[in-house]
Amino acid sequence: MERIYVDHAATAPMHPKVIETMTKVMAEQFGNPSSIHAFGREARHLVDEARAQLAKSIGASPNEIIITSGGTEADNYALTGVAEANKEKGKHIITTVIEHHAVLHTCQQLEKRGFEVTYLPVDEQGKVSISDVQKALRDDTILVSIMYGNNEVGSLQPIQEIGEMLREHPAVFHTDAVQAYGLMNIDVKELNVDLLSVSAHKINGPKGIGFLYVKKDVKLAPILFGGEQERKRRAGTESVVSIAGFQEAVKVAQEEREEKVKQYREFKEILVNDLKEAQIDFSINGSLENSLPHVLNLSFPGTDVEAMLVNLDLAGIAASSGSACTAGSIDPSHVLVAMFGEKSEKLRNSIRFSFGLYNTTKQIHRVAESVAAIVKRITNR
Amino acid sequence: MIYFDNSATTKPYKEVVDSFVKVSTDFFGNPSSLHRIGGEADKLLIKARKQIADLLHIKANEIIFTSGGTESNNLAVKGAALMYKNRGKHIITTEIEHASVRETFEQLEELGFDVTYLPVDEEGRINVADMEKAISQHTILVSVMHVNNEVGTIQPIEEIGRLLKNYPKILFHVDHVQGVGKVPLDLNLVDLCSFSAHKFHGLKGTGFLYIREGIQISPLLTGGGQERKYRSGTENVAGFVALAKALRMTLENEKKSLQNIVKTKETVIKGIQEIEEITIHTPAQGSAPHIINFSIKGFKAEVFLHALEEKGIYVSTTSACSSKKHATSSTLLSMGVPEDIAKSALRISLSYENTMEEALFVVKTIKETVNKLKEVMN
Repeated sequence: MERIYVDHAATAPMHPKVIETMTKVMAEQFGNPSSIHAFGREARHLVDEARAQLAKSIGASPNEIIITSGGTEADNYALTGVAEANKEKGKHIITTVIEHHAVLHTCQQLEKRGFEVTYLPVDEQGKVSISDVQKALRDDTILVSIMYGNNEVGSLQPIQEIGEMLREHPAVFHTDAVQAYGLMNIDVKELNVDLLSVSAHKINGPKGIGFLYVKKDVKLAPILFGGEQERKRRAGTESVVSIAGFQEAVKVAQEEREEKVKQYREFKEILVNDLKEAQIDFSINGSLENSLPHVLNLSFPGTDVEAMLVNLDLAGIAASSGSACTAGSIDPSHVLVAMFGEKSEKLRNSIRFSFGLYNTTKQIHRVAESVAAIVKRITNR
Repeated sequence: MIYFDNSATTKPYKEVVDSFVKVSTDFFGNPSSLHRIGGEADKLLIKARKQIADLLHIKANEIIFTSGGTESNNLAVKGAALMYKNRGKHIITTEIEHASVRETFEQLEELGFDVTYLPVDEEGRINVADMEKAISQHTILVSVMHVNNEVGTIQPIEEIGRLLKNYPKILFHVDHVQGVGKVPLDLNLVDLCSFSAHKFHGLKGTGFLYIREGIQISPLLTGGGQERKYRSGTENVAGFVALAKALRMTLENEKKSLQNIVKTKETVIKGIQEIEEITIHTPAQGSAPHIINFSIKGFKAEVFLHALEEKGIYVSTTSACSSKKHATSSTLLSMGVPEDIAKSALRISLSYENTMEEALFVVKTIKETVNKLKEVMN
């Protein structure tokens, strides 16, 4: 039985070119970039080249890129770093209820330390309203953190409009672009964001590496202290091999971006149309149009998420209930709660499909076929 | 090409590279995912954790994977201090810790903690009696490195551990980053212990923190709640499997490689001792087998480093993490080494791969280089 992986928002397989690059670097370059001899200088050169490519991919300059151990560290650093560096100016932070837990739990930590956090609601499509952001802004607001695209339902947030609005306000603007990066065309200047988080393993790069874009002159209080790496903003010997792999993943993602966006949007249509044709009762959580190309979250009335996932898994299909990081036990998704309320049946019957490398049209038809069969079985039709 | 800078970083074992590639290729799942692909990744992670636990005679749930030694040290020191700040705000460390410990203590000072930095003697070793004197009823944490990264001095960890048994409220953290595979450490005596894979032929960007069962610390990174909520973020499965393999190979070969390293070190020391301009800072007794720190009077360290590099010999001026700022080694200054001598300090650090022939060549080259540079300077 062919296994079909439609959980690319949880993590994605490494691209063969990425593995090839890393294998080569592991065998040939092991120097510590801080060493002043040739081994060190060669390793430093690899890190510099990668940083330049990462920077270019979002229209930033290399000095504005801090390489981290992944998306979680980038989000934690953005929030804690800005809050601690600006607490003299104010202690108010604005975010949304649908952020990734790396942002939400960090906000909760900051609340314990005396910061005040406004959690903005979203509409039924999973979108935050610009006027809500506007209304929440205060003189003592030091940070606004709103994700680019939601990891569970794919809803895209009006980042550029919010960025535009914040030109008139001194608050630092952070966006978690972990799910969007690689598929959306991101230019930090156009968006007017000050901070932006990215994770490599979501774009077919290695796990354990990511970056935080920090606009020039934005001050951050570090969370890791020690050596003077990353221009004193992130201590720790650079993970040279992973950084080289990350660079390769970015390169490939940029080359194939437009083609992939088109392909994943087609996958969504195929899945939706096939299910309609099979006369399956379902609804889309979020919208088809204003969403990340690769994320499709569907609700199947009369089913149960755990039964669905187990049956899908038996059929060789790997999908998910929501974010992998909360999936250890299936707690109701905070995103779906935000969209539909605590009592909605959708909290118990929704499945996230997310597309990526190696998925084919044929596979998506098979996913639809299996889903239809399982839904029919569970709902006794 | 002779790489004598293994305290800065080591070359990964071939088997480590192979296992990283294999896991990356065949098991890419997110361990938190409920489906089979996630489950397979989770199984590998559980296996790696168990393997490490067995090697170190600890429990699997006492291991928290991190992004490396720096994060492990930051997490241990800050996490313990913040967790137990209500019991007291006095914390103790030494003057010769790695920057990732020292600067974390400095940050805690800014947060209102009271820090005692214990001095060291001329061999770079703290005195346990000083520690005992420094302890007060407000003391909640002691952090002492096992093997100093710059001069190789071994700290009296066992003695400190036994002393601290009398103070159940004080947590004991040990930075074991330089000691792994070189100087054995009994984890029964410590509460928190830091490891970094790239110092024992694993990959950069991976490490772990040992946290004795029953102890809680405050996390640095929050989010998905991985690593029992102590360290959020999708686990670097391939990196941690590779780490377990590197640790296994290092510890299994420890005896054999140490015999070799000790002989290599003796050869280098015996050879360079004969050079009039050279002062050896690494103590003859009670130092790690792989580190030799010495000064060549009258020569700037960088000049000498690059002169050796021209002959294909790679050494370091001080710890790699701080070598960029060309600062004088604070460890040497704490040992009472005069500043002009400290400025000319070089560090040789060995691995199992280094040979006697390399040692002899390095000694010969150092002698020749001293003579040559002396001629140029006169």
